[in-house]
Amino acid sequence: MLILNHLWIIPLLPLLGAAINGLSGLFGAKWPNKAVTAVAIGSTGLSFLAALECVREFLNLPAAQQALPWVKQYFTWIAAGTFRAGFDLQIDHLTIVMLLVVTGVGWLIHIYATGYMSHEGGYYRFFSYLNLFMFFMLILVMAANYVLLFVGWEGVGLASYLLIGFYFLKKSASDAGKKAFIVNRIGDFGFMLGMFLLFRTFGSLDFVTVFDKTRELPADALGQFGILTISCLLLFMGATGKSAQLPLYVWLPDAMEGPTPVSALIHAATMVTAGVYVVARSHILFTHAPTAMLVVASVGAATAFFAATIGLVQTDIKKILAYSTVSQLGYMFLACGVGAFSAGIFHLMTHAFFKALLFLAAGSVIHAMGGEQEVTRMGGLSGKIRWTYFTMLMGTLAIAGAPGFAGFFSKDAILFSAFQHAPGGRILYAVGLASALMTAFYMFRLIFLTFHGKPRFDEHHVHVHESPKSMLGPLVVLALLSIIGGWMAAPSFWGGTDHFTAFLAPVFGAEAAPEAATAAVSEAAEHSLELTLAGVAVATAFLGFFLAFWLYLRRPGVADQIAKSAKGAYTTLLNKYYVDELYAAVIIRPLVWISDNVLWRAVDASGIDGAVNGAAAGTTALGDRLRRAHSGNTRSYAVWVVIGALLILAVIFWPMLKPAAGMVP
Amino acid sequence: MFPPREEFLRVLPILIFCGGGTLLMLLQPFLRSRTAFSLLALAGSLTAVVSVGCSAAHPGAAFYGLIGSDPASVFFEFLVGAVAFLVILGSASYLERESLAPAEFYALIFFAAAGMCVLASAREMLTAFIGLEMSSISSYILAGYRRESPKAAESALKYFLLGSFATAFFLYGIALLYGSTGTTVIAQMTPLAPGLLPKLGLALLLIGLSFKVAAAPFQLWTPDVYEGAPTPVTALFSAGPKAATFALLLRIFVEMPLAAGEWTRIFWILAVITMFAGNLGALLQTNVKRILAYSSIAHAGYILVAFAASNEIGVAAVLFYLLAYAAAKLGAFSVVAHLGGAGEKRIELDDFAGLAQRQPIAAAAFSLFLLSLLGIPVTAGFFGKFYIFKAALASHLIGLAVLLGVNSVIAAYYYLRLIIVMYMREPKEETAALPFPGAVTTVLALCALATVYFGLFPNHIIAFASNPRLFGH
Repeated sequence: MLILNHLWIIPLLPLLGAAINGLSGLFGAKWPNKAVTAVAIGSTGLSFLAALECVREFLNLPAAQQALPWVKQYFTWIAAGTFRAGFDLQIDHLTIVMLLVVTGVGWLIHIYATGYMSHEGGYYRFFSYLNLFMFFMLILVMAANYVLLFVGWEGVGLASYLLIGFYFLKKSASDAGKKAFIVNRIGDFGFMLGMFLLFRTFGSLDFVTVFDKTRELPADALGQFGILTISCLLLFMGATGKSAQLPLYVWLPDAMEGPTPVSALIHAATMVTAGVYVVARSHILFTHAPTAMLVVASVGAATAFFAATIGLVQTDIKKILAYSTVSQLGYMFLACGVGAFSAGIFHLMTHAFFKALLFLAAGSVIHAMGGEQEVTRMGGLSGKIRWTYFTMLMGTLAIAGAPGFAGFFSKDAILFSAFQHAPGGRILYAVGLASALMTAFYMFRLIFLTFHGKPRFDEHHVHVHESPKSMLGPLVVLALLSIIGGWMAAPSFWGGTDHFTAFLAPVFGAEAAPEAATAAVSEAAEHSLELTLAGVAVATAFLGFFLAFWLYLRRPGVADQIAKSAKGAYTTLLNKYYVDELYAAVIIRPLVWISDNVLWRAVDASGIDGAVNGAAAGTTALGDRLRRAHSGNTRSYAVWVVIGALLILAVIFWPMLKPAAGMVP
Repeated sequence: MFPPREEFLRVLPILIFCGGGTLLMLLQPFLRSRTAFSLLALAGSLTAVVSVGCSAAHPGAAFYGLIGSDPASVFFEFLVGAVAFLVILGSASYLERESLAPAEFYALIFFAAAGMCVLASAREMLTAFIGLEMSSISSYILAGYRRESPKAAESALKYFLLGSFATAFFLYGIALLYGSTGTTVIAQMTPLAPGLLPKLGLALLLIGLSFKVAAAPFQLWTPDVYEGAPTPVTALFSAGPKAATFALLLRIFVEMPLAAGEWTRIFWILAVITMFAGNLGALLQTNVKRILAYSSIAHAGYILVAFAASNEIGVAAVLFYLLAYAAAKLGAFSVVAHLGGAGEKRIELDDFAGLAQRQPIAAAAFSLFLLSLLGIPVTAGFFGKFYIFKAALASHLIGLAVLLGVNSVIAAYYYLRLIIVMYMREPKEETAALPFPGAVTTVLALCALATVYFGLFPNHIIAFASNPRLFGH
């Protein structure tokens, strides 16, 4: 019970790491990179071990105790009137999944980064930020109330901002950092309003209280905008910002300006899934608000499709993966929106494995190519960097949904749940399937362009070399996880155990129960339906693979011909539907104009500044007068005391004397 | 009849301060070592701080109800004891540098602290008067402790003359109150007959105490006295007697039946003129010690705002504010005391130019204290001001809250100017760094710790100060 009673240890370790490495900057060269490495990897590694121990202890608790979240209240952080926000951490099955993903994958990426960043300046700064990120992410997933969760939420945003702009001398990097920050602010605005509304409704922001009270409430009807629906939509607005969904996804592709380990850790495996986590965490609220659920599912499906189409034509290896991340996050929201929360969290976990793998492998490719990121200038690398090729292929098979790989089971679970969903389920399914087709296509396109065919770069100048062991080790581990990570949730008819859904049942169980009951009625029919759907999915994945194979290996010219014949569509996709340009024209430029001409020139410069400068001059003049009163002459000071005494007496007695002058003796 | 043992435990901190001071005086002819005196004084003041726990464990009245122990007195005794301890800790190196005799210095601080503790725990006016005089007379001597400095002599004499003048008001106030109520026990003062006399008495009392807390228009002595006194003593003046006097004022206005009612207006006026007098006065000063002196006037004004609000939040705000203010002021004056150098010649603004390059940690600590005085979040000063605002708004004193805001803006000018000078201005001449001795560094670290800790977790103090039996029997 050591860790379970002292949950704070888990987030504290990376915070200490961040502090030590951050302060090491003061010592300059005296603090070697080796020490930074030891502190960074040691603190996250210990945190991972502590998380494992915590999980062991929690799973050893009696079943009745496990059914409820294990909450530890450490101290009251804010108290104002009836409002209380405590530094309260909690453990339940959902937190366990997140905890292991964050610390485990996070630790692997830390190890990888020691190799990847070894030649970069600001080594200590990088790891200080990275550890800081781990701290806030752990606070986010372990928080037992919305306020503390929001602390983590904002904290990871800060760390993300710092790390996107890590190469801050590069303008595009610092711009991307700002963009991420500002776009997230819009989402956070909604999130905060959602929190305020929840507090107003329930008088508390503790998960346990809010959810217990929600269970007693009647659900909002579909199409009705009751208090729960509005709260959920506001929370979801925050989620669209953090998890890069329509319409706030625009920051994520730009965030690829950060170092690749950052893209893997923050912008693929952990932080961007925070929105999914919040929706899953608040599943009781959401299941009471069918309208909000429909919005979540629709936005998820639309984003999955929309981002996948952009991914088809991108040529920057990291941008392809970024749009793929946006698309896969859409899948997770689709799952949550149709009520399959455990499928969504399952996909979150497998995605953390294979997308972290893909990014790290892409980093290894970039490393091998000496900084080149355009897939059009690569090709034929498979023989030269075998380990990278092999592991990246595993990741691609997993994301494309090849049978037996991690992504196959999670994607299958989502599509199956979508298909069965009552309102508009078939449409959601069709959109999801189309996205799956595109996913398989663009991922194999990436593989073929990068690793196969003839080299399209100058082989005399670019010295292709395999990455060091510190980078390959995490790749291999993640590749293994991408292969076997799905088996724990393999449905029973695949010979699996359905273990993952059962594991999360204490959290999502009550909500999933009715579905399971109906399922029992026609188990045989369901079985064949699931087999059919799985078959369709596999066929789709293969079709995507085949199209990519045919277009980019067999007939390399055809892709260009298609692009030429459908020039309009192609350029629209290449320019990402001109969404950034649209935002600039409709929102940013008018705002800048108003700020510049109205707020700055008219209000600030002439109005406020004028008043301020006038007031300052007046105040200084008064101060000068007052200074003269301090003559240093003791007798005049004594006179002032007398004057003051008379003043006070006058103030006290004046009102008494006036109305009742006759009464004074 | 000899009072029971418990009653002595209730006033144990006072007894320790008195006994310790006497012991130090008696040892003076026999001990030659400065270190021995410093260690003795430190041990004595630390014991006194610890003994506050003893008086907290035995709440109740002592010595026929003249004095007693309750949560408020415990809080202020602890504050005074901690201030005395930190001042002693920080002044050893100062005394050595200025070749001042240590024994009498520490003894006087002990007596002053004893007086302040009496002031904070007295339940009867004449006892309070004795406490006030004990602390004042020790203060007069301490102000002139650098005897060869003309400024110190001026400081002591002015303080003595004007202080006696104010004491006269105070004493006359007690006399009138006694005459009109027939008692000097604070909680029992109800007028025997209607009339102006009790009000007049209370007004005179208020005038006397206003002088002690440096409220305008009785504040004129403050800059001169603060400037001339040795800086560790200035630190003591700005934190200790002010807290103890406010403690008595609180007790009077919470406990005395007579004081209920119509005093908001008078506190309103005092608060406003004090705030403006302090902040406007500080604007054009170039001497850092004087800037801090004017700033303590301004802070007295802020605290008076809470008095004007006269509600429960206000009482809690006063306690919290005095704690936050003591930590920041002690820290700030400790920095100045050390950096002033021999004879305190280097306390002009220009002398602080480029401090951030020379001594980054000292500059950072000083900035932290200044930001706390200004009331920037994550420092204790922020919550202090926040609760005062809250108290003012709870009593619907919107105008006063606005004036408080205006004053905070004015104050930002001179606090930030100091920080800018330290961080952004090049020194006029090459100046050698003055490394801080360990003891002073400890003082700064403790003050900084308190400033940040209470800036993050104000709830402990607020919960304590919201105790409805804060002033109890």
